Amino acid sequence: MNDTALDTDLLAYTLRLGDDCLVLGQRLSEWAARSPQLEEDVALLNIALDLLGAARTLLTRAGELEGKGRDEDGLAFLRDEPAFTCGLLFEAEGGDFGQTMARQLLVSAYQLPLWQALTASSDELLAGVAGKAAKEAAYHLDHARSWVVRLGDGTEESHRRVQQGLEEVWPYSFELFERDDVVARLVERGVASDPDLLRPVWETTVTEVLKEATLEVPQTTWHPTGGRSGKHLTSFGYLLAEMQHLHRSHPGARW
Amino acid sequence: MSEQLQAEFQAAFQAEVDADGRIEPRDWMPDGYRRTLVRQIAQHAHSEIIGMQPEGNWITRAPSLRRKCILVAKVQDEAGHGLYLYSAAETLGADRDELLDLLHTGRQKYSTIFNYPTTSWADVAAIGWLVDGAAIMNQVPLTRCSYGPYARAMTRVCKEESFHQRQGFEAMTVLANGTPAQRQMAQDALDRWWWPSLMMFGPSDGDSPNSAQSMAWGIKRFSNDELRQRFVDATVPQAEHLGLTVPDPELRLDPETGSYAFGEIDWTEFYAVMKGDGPCNRDRVRNRVAAHEDGAWVREAAAAYADKQARRAAA
Repeated sequence: MNDTALDTDLLAYTLRLGDDCLVLGQRLSEWAARSPQLEEDVALLNIALDLLGAARTLLTRAGELEGKGRDEDGLAFLRDEPAFTCGLLFEAEGGDFGQTMARQLLVSAYQLPLWQALTASSDELLAGVAGKAAKEAAYHLDHARSWVVRLGDGTEESHRRVQQGLEEVWPYSFELFERDDVVARLVERGVASDPDLLRPVWETTVTEVLKEATLEVPQTTWHPTGGRSGKHLTSFGYLLAEMQHLHRSHPGARW
Repeated sequence: MSEQLQAEFQAAFQAEVDADGRIEPRDWMPDGYRRTLVRQIAQHAHSEIIGMQPEGNWITRAPSLRRKCILVAKVQDEAGHGLYLYSAAETLGADRDELLDLLHTGRQKYSTIFNYPTTSWADVAAIGWLVDGAAIMNQVPLTRCSYGPYARAMTRVCKEESFHQRQGFEAMTVLANGTPAQRQMAQDALDRWWWPSLMMFGPSDGDSPNSAQSMAWGIKRFSNDELRQRFVDATVPQAEHLGLTVPDPELRLDPETGSYAFGEIDWTEFYAVMKGDGPCNRDRVRNRVAAHEDGAWVREAAAAYADKQARRAAA
């Protein structure tokens, strides 16, 4: 394979990782001043900040790989919906606090082993981002785990709500482990982490947490997909409209 | 307690305050001192958490990723300040839930400044520059407050506020040197935030009945008017540096003192906003109450789970 092809794959993969972090960071920051207690305002914004920080590095790198002069803001604010390649789980609406924590559990149980594996990536930048992000994801997972357990094994209402939130976001988790040609080629080259190896780790973590939380593993035959190829949920258009409006209203302005 | 003992405690307390010492939670203190501090610290804490709203409002719309991250970190700091301050109030025997209830039912206030709307991105910059700038003027002397836990909380708060003020000025500088639309946005924000920022120092000294007692107790170090003057003197040259116009036709530099004379503050507006008739009073309290009520089931679940765990550990 020639260098150009490698860059295209690496660009696509870097962009996916960056979009995942950007879009979930945006979703979590929606909680500012709305969370159930002050400690959670601190925690949720902290997780958002970790994700946005990773997104900045990854999008900057994607812009360099693309070679068209787009920086992190060019990619975040000036792409339209079909050009975003975040997974559906990352863009899914947060719902109530239970659903947000269920989403975070599924995400962090995936991101922790993902980043851990990527610390050994042959791509130096991905390995560097992964080293920092793995430490952060361990905290995110710990936080989500403790809330899902408290809510699941708390009151009847909290049990019902977090189970319902879990049912909402669960179907979007299947897409995380898809192995398309880009991923397959990059796994071969030692750049990407292998989804086939991530899946069992994720399942073990999630199953254990749900058991401790006295929650049921959702049963569904619906496995929605499309995020990686730019086919997003309806709500994603609204997220972008809100996020991009100001930047786009002042073309070329610096902030 | 006998009257004589009471007098001895009172004298020892005042001697400690006069010697610039620190009163700690277990020390004897006059009831009025405790009540004044609880009210002041609680109102400060309420201001931090209500203050998350006008800025938090712009997180999802921030115009660059760098600005978004800075704003997330800033709003997170404000939640953290709320936590330290409620904890400081708890060292005086108050309870966070009870204080929140006083906020939610309008029986305790927060800074009037947060009852003004943030209608443009430049408002985020103006809040950092002006509102946090004014807050620092008010708060730096509190790091030497006679009550130890409050003074120590304020040391950390002021360090962070100083970053907030600098990022606000830096964001304002970019806008003031940006496109004509950005420049207009910056001037408009200064026009709207200038007078409310001056009001943050509270009524003029002649109309501030509790100030003398707070000074005697070592809670307050400088008068409202002194601090306001310092703020004007520090900020007007910054506005000039930005090429923006302070919206006060009476503003004049006195070459002898190096201080600025400024126009009369509209105290009618100040008292109206304080009493609940500012542009955003209703929204701010309603949003706060909604967040608290929407989160009740979460806090109940956490308490129920903790109880179950304690029972399991005991079994």
